[in-house]
Amino acid sequence: MTATKKSFFAKFTGQVTLKRGVSAILIFLVIWHVGALFDDWFGVDIIGIGLVPPPADVFAAFLEVIPKIGYWQSWVSSFSRVLTGFLVAMLIGIPFGLLLAVNRYFRGLFFPPFEILRPIPPLAWVPASLIFWPTNEMSIAFVTFLGAFFTIVINVLGGARSIDISYLRAAQSMGASQFDLFWKIVLPGTLPSIFTGAAVGMGITWEVVLAAEMISGGGTQGGGGLGFFIWNSYMGGSLEQIVVGMISIGIAGYLSSSAIRKLGYFMMPWRRLF
Amino acid sequence: MTKEKHRNSGLGALSIKNVTKVYDPEGVNVLAVDDCSMEIAGGEVCMIVGPSGCGKTTLLNAIAGFHSVTEGSIHLDGDLLCGPSKPLADQGADRMVVFQHGALFPWKTLQENVAYGPMVQKVLAPREAMDKASTMLAEAGLGSFLTKYPGEVSSGMARRAEIVRALINDPKVLLLDEPYRAMDALTKQIMHESLLETYDRTGVTIFFITHDLEEAIFLGDKVHIVTTRPCQLKKTVEVKIPRPRSYETQSSEAFRKLLEEVSDAVHEEAVKAFQAGEREMA
Ligand SMILES: Nc1ncnc2c1ncn2[C@@H]1O[C@H](COP(=O)(O)OP(=O)(O)OP(=O)(O)O)[C@@H](O)[C@H]1O
Ligand SMILES: [Mg+2]
Repeated sequence: MTATKKSFFAKFTGQVTLKRGVSAILIFLVIWHVGALFDDWFGVDIIGIGLVPPPADVFAAFLEVIPKIGYWQSWVSSFSRVLTGFLVAMLIGIPFGLLLAVNRYFRGLFFPPFEILRPIPPLAWVPASLIFWPTNEMSIAFVTFLGAFFTIVINVLGGARSIDISYLRAAQSMGASQFDLFWKIVLPGTLPSIFTGAAVGMGITWEVVLAAEMISGGGTQGGGGLGFFIWNSYMGGSLEQIVVGMISIGIAGYLSSSAIRKLGYFMMPWRRLF
Repeated sequence: MTKEKHRNSGLGALSIKNVTKVYDPEGVNVLAVDDCSMEIAGGEVCMIVGPSGCGKTTLLNAIAGFHSVTEGSIHLDGDLLCGPSKPLADQGADRMVVFQHGALFPWKTLQENVAYGPMVQKVLAPREAMDKASTMLAEAGLGSFLTKYPGEVSSGMARRAEIVRALINDPKVLLLDEPYRAMDALTKQIMHESLLETYDRTGVTIFFITHDLEEAIFLGDKVHIVTTRPCQLKKTVEVKIPRPRSYETQSSEAFRKLLEEVSDAVHEEAVKAFQAGEREMA
């Protein structure tokens, strides 16, 4: 039973999906190449991509930065900022969202201010946090945290509130205590929403970190990060390096969200049904 | 009668006296159940049929302790479940519900679902609970699906597992809310045989809500036909077809007579419900 399932999985996920993914990227590269070199060949620019360096040049720029330690420092500092903000947001956001869901008094007290603060875009907090927090690094961390926090809380709250009441009734009839209800019903019932919130929150975290790095010109303290890398390349007029920075961010974002997906797959075996 | 061979015959008698349920007494009042009385003997299979939205689930929820009654009382084996002094019955494992839309926990395997009750009540150690769950699932023909999640099995299997999850708690009363709705005839037949087999083994009192009149007569000792909302007992039809019953009984003369009797009563109520609906629309 399990064996057939595994091979089934391997066949469809492993091969077909991989082939599809690789061909999609290849097609994308071809279009990029043709678009970038269009004016060399026909003397006409395609607006939007005419000035973009062709993939080969970008690849060369990539090879150039790969041995440089500064490039990897950018990775490390962006990643650690994202992780810090994201983990703190999860750590506070999940219990906060669950408390909002299960406790009427807590909800009455904290939901209104939460709802007023939530629509403020994270980047609107940047000036204020630059003033209030002692270091640049701390203000970036704070803004990053906010980006993920609101999304995570709202997902956890929605998920926990939409748990089918029959599950709670069934468990209670079978003699579950409040403790059992919380740990065995509410928490697993909310897990899918927690992961949805985490995936969306992670995306927002990257956005916020990069924007904050560009705004604060991160170079002052402890590594600029990938946002500053792009900004610096822009200042230095290296088109190829800008694209290298952008692709690096794409890869970083992809790595983060696939880590979350993997974790979700591992923690929610009942959702691996196909 | 075949009652003698029931294990806990006599236990699980429900006495529903003058129960009234009004939803939302502050705002828009909905009178769901009005002065409804019913006597259900211990070990009896009692079938409830009535028009859609007439208040059947409401009555079941009151017995289970999911919501309060506005007036009247319900006793189980002489003990007060709910009444004027205590409008909301305690929820307890003596009355297990199989829900209208199914409520196996999706994040637990069938075995974990069934073991849940004894585990949280701490009547069995986790290992023993899992063992007992596996035995009971095997008895219900689900032995090879122990480690499957509810989303991985057919609706028929999920229903059977949910009934096993209820039975492992040794309830006095099994409350079933249209458990076989939307199943094809063949699956239903298998479900019926499995339920009757379970009933013959345990003799648990069964309170069974259905829209399917043939099902009501085939399974029941008594068929209670209730009126369109507000829910009241309109008529009780006794089914004196001996057990064990087989599907052939459905073509017998006695069966068809009973079906006609029940149909007539239900039809009257359905027409009333329809007219009431038209009035509301106008
Ligand atoms: N929580 C509630 N608040 C207000 N009205 C309710 C509530 N629950 C049910 N009702 C109303 O009470 C009436 C009876 O509902 P109930 O679910 O008991 O009917 P039912 O006989 O089980 O119907 P069905 O056959 O469709 O399952 C319906 O008119 C319904 O709209
Ligand atoms: Mg109902």
